[in-house]
Amino acid sequence: MKKPARIFSEVIKHLFKKPATSGYPFTPATPMKDFRGRIDFDSAKCIGCQICVRVCPAKAIEIPLSEVQPPAPAQVEGQPPVAAKKKFDCIMKLGNCVYCWQCAESCPKQALITTQDFELASVDRKQLRRHYK
Amino acid sequence: MSKITIPFGPQHVALKEPENFMLVLEGEQIQGATVNLGYNHRGMEKAAEERTYLQDLYLIERVCGICSHSHTTCYITNVEELAKAETPKRALAIRTLVAELERVHSHLLWLGVAGYEMGFETLFMYTWRDREQVLDCLELLSGNRVHYSINTIGGVRRDISAEQKTEVMKRIDYLVERTNYYIKLATEEPTIYARTSKVGMLPPEEALRRNAVGPTARASGIARDVRKDDPYLIYNELDFKVITHNTNDVFGRLVVRALELVESYKIIKQVLNNLPEGPIAVKVPMRIAPGEAVNHYEAPRGEDIHYLKSNGTDKPERLKVRAPTLANLQSVQYMLEGGWMADVPLVIAAIDPCMSCTDRAVVWDPKKGKKQTYGWEELRKMAIERYKRRGVDFSRLG
Ligand code: SF4
Ligand code: SF4
Repeated sequence: MKKPARIFSEVIKHLFKKPATSGYPFTPATPMKDFRGRIDFDSAKCIGCQICVRVCPAKAIEIPLSEVQPPAPAQVEGQPPVAAKKKFDCIMKLGNCVYCWQCAESCPKQALITTQDFELASVDRKQLRRHYK
Repeated sequence: MSKITIPFGPQHVALKEPENFMLVLEGEQIQGATVNLGYNHRGMEKAAEERTYLQDLYLIERVCGICSHSHTTCYITNVEELAKAETPKRALAIRTLVAELERVHSHLLWLGVAGYEMGFETLFMYTWRDREQVLDCLELLSGNRVHYSINTIGGVRRDISAEQKTEVMKRIDYLVERTNYYIKLATEEPTIYARTSKVGMLPPEEALRRNAVGPTARASGIARDVRKDDPYLIYNELDFKVITHNTNDVFGRLVVRALELVESYKIIKQVLNNLPEGPIAVKVPMRIAPGEAVNHYEAPRGEDIHYLKSNGTDKPERLKVRAPTLANLQSVQYMLEGGWMADVPLVIAAIDPCMSCTDRAVVWDPKKGKKQTYGWEELRKMAIERYKRRGVDFSRLG
């Protein structure tokens, strides 16, 4: 029953195998499809409903009004004037975000775009606050 | 011989998390041990009261990095019970699948840590390499290796496709083969046996008296498993055995966990082959009707209990988590007494500890550079004042 050094043959076998570890960061690492990474923003789709801000568990996202607003479309003869569509920015605090994608899932307009970006660490705080316009 | 008391932790190379064990030694032998908790308190239960049920899901997930799915599933079962939601069958099956994958990853992790603590680092390297396979499965199914976030109120967030199924099956087949090798190794290699046998003894009566849970109890011959005793999710439809062992020592705990891996593979295959058709989630309103619920769940480390009280708003009124480690720490004290100093790391690691609890807090104000420690009395005073500002007076409560 007792076999001393039972692992010995396994160890010898492994001498002739490739290393199990990957060479990252020297060889790029590819996460799985649909790995939850950084959230991107498409201002053209956003209607400023703030749902994403309300569902975010980490208070990582803000949707302020853009500084520069698009002009109202020219009034068509005989029709009431159309109000300009408001434009919104997105401030993403990468250091707060827990990458749960709940915001993207709750957004009614698919204005938040999911990506597989994961190399987001930085020693500069400013880098952790992304302002998407 | 005179007795000396030495502190083991909160900062100690053998402990992965800050916790303190006061050991009374007579020579090399331990005469008494006290466990002191509270170094890892994060105020999560309180924080949960300030967030919505949906946000809490991501908070509760972070109670533990290894049983993240256990905590959310237990919490969400409470929420769904209070909301009277009919969770679809397919969602329950997917939850079960992730739960078992989590058990596999946790037990493989433990096997590695145990190898490391007994000085068998080759085992540590091999098991952790193989553990990558199950982490890949979890990443494939949920989008993250550790915090899967697969649960959502009323179901799960992601479905399983046919390709994902084949991919997971492939990896599980590899793991079955490897695990069989580890089981042989653990039972035949004399060094493992010599290092773990008769170490950290916990006789069945003592395990019962101290309310041991999970593999710690099962290694003392107590067939206690929530999956069998009070089936939740779809466990009542699955075929698996409750593994017990009767050596009452660290060796028994090793064997129980290794054999449980095999049962988990069996469950994973059954679930994948019989995935019920249908939707994966139902809509649940944000506000939950007032009520109370308690549920338990067999986490990899043992029985996890959650209590939830709702008050009709979108935020819980009270959440209480009883993690399995808290139940098992009572037994650690017993296991350490009479043992040897050199066995301490191994005995503590054998319950697969995962700490979080409370007694006091330190507040550091970086602007003023001031540090202040608050005791129980002061914290209580501050809490009463805080609630007074909100219009509730607790000062008359004892
Ligand atoms: S991914 Fe989650 S944490 Fe990050 S911004 Fe979206 S909701 Fe907030
Ligand atoms: S990103 Fe989506 S959820 Fe957030 S404010 Fe814009 S439209 Fe609403």
